[in-house]
Amino acid sequence: MHTFLLSKIEVGSHLYINFGQTLHLHGETVIVSGLVVFSLILFLFLGTSNLKKIPEGLQNLIEVLYELVKSIALTQMGPSYYSQFLPFVATIFLFVLGSNLAGALIPWKLLEIPSGELAAPTNDINTTACLAILTSLAYFSAGLKIKGIGYFARYIKPAPFFLPINIVEDFTKPLSLNFRLFGNVVADELTVTVICSLVPLIIPLPIMMLGLFASSLQALIFATLAAAYIGEVIE
Amino acid sequence: MVDSIVAAASVVAAAIAVGFAGLGPGIGQGNAAGQAVEGIARQPEAEGKIRGTLLLSLAFMESLTIYGLVVALSVLFANPFVG
Repeated sequence: MHTFLLSKIEVGSHLYINFGQTLHLHGETVIVSGLVVFSLILFLFLGTSNLKKIPEGLQNLIEVLYELVKSIALTQMGPSYYSQFLPFVATIFLFVLGSNLAGALIPWKLLEIPSGELAAPTNDINTTACLAILTSLAYFSAGLKIKGIGYFARYIKPAPFFLPINIVEDFTKPLSLNFRLFGNVVADELTVTVICSLVPLIIPLPIMMLGLFASSLQALIFATLAAAYIGEVIE
Repeated sequence: MVDSIVAAASVVAAAIAVGFAGLGPGIGQGNAAGQAVEGIARQPEAEGKIRGTLLLSLAFMESLTIYGLVVALSVLFANPFVG
């Protein structure tokens, strides 16, 4: 019997794009994240191109998103600094939200590629590692920019013997951000896949709804943590 | 021969990683949810705020389980000790 599947499990197979001997790109991740970035740009451009006093259509959605991101940045960084770092937090939030939803909502199986499968860019650990390292760089540069050389006094607070713990913390922060997002997205997809392979009809739907909810929550958490790390060093 | 021992050990390790990673956060999430219900019962008008904070902290606890899952997945699918 031939069944028609909208998704299947493939671990560790990628569509490699090779540059020379040493440089390999994961093609499916690049394609889908490019698509996500493009559609986000289109969405934001269309939503803000014709601003009105009384919002209608897309502008409503954009204003809700702006209020949400602004409240995240404001509560974590305080009223005097949040506006400098709002674009960074908003970018992280929109990209993570967009890529999680793109993985969950679009039936990528309909598009055949030579190897691997198109899916959410965030289920590739390289994407989340990149986002986490960007967050690290952001809070380093925020601290250096606002506090100058006095930023390094943070490492010997509250007492000098906290120095090794504070240094280790600089490495564990991006690591935990990275694993949290990657693990959550992969866990969602694996759960849905396993349940789909047992009972393909109706039963997976509540799990899919839970996955949709959890993946938007992960975007909120990533943005909140990025804002909190920045707020921690500049306060 | 060595490979089969490594494979068996990896499967057991993955099971232990997921099992024990679920233990602590389970207790923690239960505590948090119980306290939240108590808070809502005492002060029903604060429900919205409590729900938001609860969901955020539940997701943080959930991420501890996810670390265990990531370790289990890497042991199963990207094992550095095989071959």
